[in-house]
Amino acid sequence: MDQILLQILNGLDKGGAYALIALGLTLIFGTLGVVNFAHGALFMLGAFCAVGLYQLLTLEMVSIDPNNMTPWGTPAEIRQPYIEAWFGEAGSTMLNFAVPLSILVAIPIMLVIGIVMERGLVKHFYRRPHAEQILVTFGLAIVLQEIIKVWFGANPIPIPAPEAVSGSADIGSWFGFAENAISYPWWRLVYLLFSVAVICAVFAFLQFTTFGMVVRAGMADRETVGLLGIDIDKRFTIMFGIAAVVAGLAGVMYTPILPPDYHMGMDFLVLSFVVVVVGGMGSLTGAVAAGFLLGILQSFASMTEIKSIFPGIDQIIIYLVAVAILLVRPRGLMGRKGVMEG
Amino acid sequence: MSIIKTGTSRRTVLKGGAVFAGTALAAPHLFVRRASAADYLNAPTGSTVTLGFNVPQTGPYADEGADELRAYQLAVEHLNGDGDGGMLNTMKPTALKGNGVLGKKVEFVTGDTQTKSDAARASAKRMIEKDGAVMITGGSSSGVAIAVQSLCQEAGVIFMAGLTHSNDTTGKDKRANGFRHFFNAYMSGAALAPVLEKAYGADRRAYHLTADYTWGWTQEESIKNSTENIGWETVETVRTPLGAGDFSQYITPVLNSGADVLILNHYGKDMVNSLTQAVQFGLKDKQANGKNFEIVVPLYSELMAQGAGEAVKGIFGSANWDWKLKNPGTEAFVKSFGQKYGQPPSQAAQTCYVQTLLYADACERAGTFNPCAVISELEGFEFDGLGNGPTLYRAADHQCFKKVLVVKGNENPTNQYDLLEIVEEVPVEQVMYDPSIFGGELGSCNPGV
Repeated sequence: MDQILLQILNGLDKGGAYALIALGLTLIFGTLGVVNFAHGALFMLGAFCAVGLYQLLTLEMVSIDPNNMTPWGTPAEIRQPYIEAWFGEAGSTMLNFAVPLSILVAIPIMLVIGIVMERGLVKHFYRRPHAEQILVTFGLAIVLQEIIKVWFGANPIPIPAPEAVSGSADIGSWFGFAENAISYPWWRLVYLLFSVAVICAVFAFLQFTTFGMVVRAGMADRETVGLLGIDIDKRFTIMFGIAAVVAGLAGVMYTPILPPDYHMGMDFLVLSFVVVVVGGMGSLTGAVAAGFLLGILQSFASMTEIKSIFPGIDQIIIYLVAVAILLVRPRGLMGRKGVMEG
Repeated sequence: MSIIKTGTSRRTVLKGGAVFAGTALAAPHLFVRRASAADYLNAPTGSTVTLGFNVPQTGPYADEGADELRAYQLAVEHLNGDGDGGMLNTMKPTALKGNGVLGKKVEFVTGDTQTKSDAARASAKRMIEKDGAVMITGGSSSGVAIAVQSLCQEAGVIFMAGLTHSNDTTGKDKRANGFRHFFNAYMSGAALAPVLEKAYGADRRAYHLTADYTWGWTQEESIKNSTENIGWETVETVRTPLGAGDFSQYITPVLNSGADVLILNHYGKDMVNSLTQAVQFGLKDKQANGKNFEIVVPLYSELMAQGAGEAVKGIFGSANWDWKLKNPGTEAFVKSFGQKYGQPPSQAAQTCYVQTLLYADACERAGTFNPCAVISELEGFEFDGLGNGPTLYRAADHQCFKKVLVVKGNENPTNQYDLLEIVEEVPVEQVMYDPSIFGGELGSCNPGV
């Protein structure tokens, strides 16, 4: 039972990342009809917003300590981040909360990147075949990756979670198990809650705001909404920006789980596309549901008992499920009729 | 029109034809003469000799690669008579004079292996064919080392392996042109098991997570065999892809597997990630089978310990060398390296530095860079003063034999570099083995022509 609870949590946690990326992908596909292969790169750019802020906050002033010698016979260096030297306790707190602070930095940056990307490149490919859209956005992803590689290097850069949430939570005791029977890293719980909060916020935005209502109407019938005198293109551009923000925030919060490197977007992109296809192209709820479902399935497939019967199943489970679902229901779990069909 | 009608046209054509014919006749002769001038590939003809440093500058082992490159640059400096000479002052015996090698100034070219065999072979090939490297060294992955060693054998240059710990490098995949100073997985198991028995008892159940390539496989096999010899039971062995990053899906099944020890056959960034995540998932605080749950890292390094931070405290592993060893060679090297780079060298740096010196010394003693002559000098060579005490380069498999360190994550470090505590220096007799147990054939040396 404890193992099942742990695997569910583990799956929800992975699923949270899949769902956030797939949600952004579906938003773009649903509004603009563009298959955005640069979406993984947006996830990566979000993570590097956190890296950039962290590196800025950890810039160090170096002084020499003549009373302390190193084992190789030179005076030891004293290194202290400027932010701590200038602001003391407040500086240390800022450093400690670098990841949550990065959210504030990432939102405007990702919004601008999304809008520039849509206006500068993607809009020229609206009426082109999906294959061309995939090629051009994939090319853009490679360009963005290489820029990050040149700027930040190719090695993963570890970013710590705030100290208060860096250990693990004794979640077993919450459910009446013995002490320390089930522990789960705090930050992964934070990530899970964060992804649920972002997903709810996006749905609420689309459901309860006038802007969202118009966008939904535009997704259903773009021409009619345009005939009503609404500048639907402008709203769709903003939706592209919002999708970029969602991917970016998924990246920012993922940094303490896995040190970011320039290639991290590609690693998630393929899985996220499988999630979108399983959920149904163009279905926001489908993307979210499939994200969590596949995350949990992947997690259960890594259990010793399952792997002893099907060796290597953890590596291929997602693809097996995708094949099975597409055979039975070609438009995906919640796909709309006519989308990417015929 | 006047240009076409110039009277020189016929003469020019005749002269040109004569020059062309002469050149054509002479050319093969020139090439043959040039080829026969040297009896080995990339024989240096000028006042310099070029070495190729092929290290991971990107990928999961990039930290080790960066430190290896620092060590190589320091070795070149010392060979050329610059700096304080480092271990050139402590190496015994040595023919090196600090004036380059065989009177030629040492130069180097570098390549990025990316921790990928194909990229590593491509960069080694470029250094051999384009840059004229007479020796290739480096690596931080056994898969890469074995691939490059094989390329060097085919091309006809010496390969002085850097950090490679798989039994296969000097076991089933050994080559006449390849040499390894670093210890291997068999030695880690032989050194570590008795210490683990003393610390955790003979009644333990172990779960292995293993990097899915040659090094991981042989380490898993060696550690499994040696721990089973002391009475431990192996519950499960699970392979993980190299550079997996998030190991949570592999760590969570450990919790209810019935195991009370997790053995992490990972290295570099993979080790940092898997160990950190194992600790985050509460494995170090867990009780299983009425005992404290333990984690073991069979192959340790200071760089990994730095990356994993608090997570390494109290965790046992083995090492080839440590900068805190008390001997003249180590002290000389730590002083040179620390003064130049402001940090102590890693074991990867030490093995690469030593390999460069050993190669240079063998050339000096052989009086040539010819790989076959250099191989003869290295085979069976016994030396001291390079940080590991008396060491033998065994002729049968080109593997070095010396003391192996068992180390433990320091509970109370005195400074930021004091992360590993040396628990035991295991004598060479305890880690020595019969070269035939891993199979493979050295074959014969290849000078490249």
